[in-house]
Amino acid sequence: MFWTVTGALANGLATTFEIFILTLVFALPLGLLLAFGTMSKCKPLKVLLQVFIWIIRGTPLMLQLIIIFYGPGLWLGKNIWGGNEAGRITATVVAFAINYACYFSVIFKGGIEGVPVGQREAGEVLGMTKSQIFFKVTLLQMVKRVVPPMSNEIITLVKDTSLARIIAAYELTFAGASFMKSAGLIWPLFYTGVFYLLFIGILTLLFGYIEKKLDYFR
Amino acid sequence: MAILEVNNIEKHFESTQVIKDVSFSLEKGNALAIIGRSGSGKTTLLRCLNFLETPNKGTISVNGEILFDAENKVKITDQELRKKRLHFGMVFQSFNLFPQYTALENVTLAGKLLAKERPDYKQNKKKIIEEIDQNGIELLDQMGLSERAGHYPHQLSGGQQQRVAIARALALKPDILCFDEPTSALDPELTGEVLKVIRSLAEKKTTMIIVTHEMDFARDVADQIIFMDEGYIVEQGTPAQVIDNPTQERTRQFLSRP
Repeated sequence: MFWTVTGALANGLATTFEIFILTLVFALPLGLLLAFGTMSKCKPLKVLLQVFIWIIRGTPLMLQLIIIFYGPGLWLGKNIWGGNEAGRITATVVAFAINYACYFSVIFKGGIEGVPVGQREAGEVLGMTKSQIFFKVTLLQMVKRVVPPMSNEIITLVKDTSLARIIAAYELTFAGASFMKSAGLIWPLFYTGVFYLLFIGILTLLFGYIEKKLDYFR
Repeated sequence: MAILEVNNIEKHFESTQVIKDVSFSLEKGNALAIIGRSGSGKTTLLRCLNFLETPNKGTISVNGEILFDAENKVKITDQELRKKRLHFGMVFQSFNLFPQYTALENVTLAGKLLAKERPDYKQNKKKIIEEIDQNGIELLDQMGLSERAGHYPHQLSGGQQQRVAIARALALKPDILCFDEPTSALDPELTGEVLKVIRSLAEKKTTMIIVTHEMDFARDVADQIIFMDEGYIVEQGTPAQVIDNPTQERTRQFLSRP
């Protein structure tokens, strides 16, 4: 039984990992774009994005996931995601990427605005180009500011992937809970917890390493 | 001919006029000190010279070449702007060193980036980089910081940081070096080492503009003094004229404050 459960959880973990990575791949650049947008001089764009971020951060991710997965079927009369597992994962990644991009954008904005204006001005009077100032002067200072809050969000993301269960995506929590129904077993739930702990343990070590690497300046 | 000529500069932010019809010139090798209360427009004037602010009126010329003319509305390219800026060096009140680079890297970074635009960069890369590093080491040595070259800014005292900032500004060999209250952010016991460095630059006939609150220092070092109040130049002349024998009531009031 132990190996059956382990195999099932490994399968679930693969889906969890897939949602996690794909969400990061899309949400990180999208979050940066949103951050630039909310700092734009164009007032209407800025307001529009701020309202969007308010809506996304102000409603539950689970609600957004349900709307994104079932909405098209109800409005258009056709399920654009397809009825299979791949479709469910795609819908999850879309919902997660939008949601996390909004949270990331706020963190990025803080990081960008947290670098003193004097840094840019010092680069300017030294005859640097705008891109040199960004890449050689301000970028690393932003990264340093952004790593601690980002590590928080990314750890939360790992656990949020379990929300995909609501649209029956076979992720880690779904896999663990299935033995409760089918075989009346409780221990696979604790075993599932161990999987999450290991996943997050590795991430914690990774972020600790990055923070340490950036510790040489202030 | 004067190395710097500033004519009828005006600057306003929204409805507040910060600089009103300011004109002056500066001879090569001379040091000019700008004194006045906080909010009198000294710092804004310096920022206009460094293209950190755009004046609403007036012209700025260096070596007879007009660098800025408010009447000329043709938008200049980034490239041209950068070239114009390099006539001026700037030392900020709060140093603004790049925290992720060592003292030496702070001094050499801009030079190395600029060198990439040289046509012979690819062939002589190694030699060019070596020269820039050598120049940086010499400058830090001049500032009395040769042993601190590998230190990061947070490992240095305020006075040391400001001296690195001076070396960084000198590295690009500007025609005119500007100081914006270079000792105002320092603890009193650290101002001396920075003033000493500026004094030695004056002795070497570096063309400088120094915005300062250190009146004794201004009198000693400057060849020329400008007293500003409410955006105007109230009085200008030699230290003997402006500080010792001011003709304007406002100058006298300013100098007699405790």
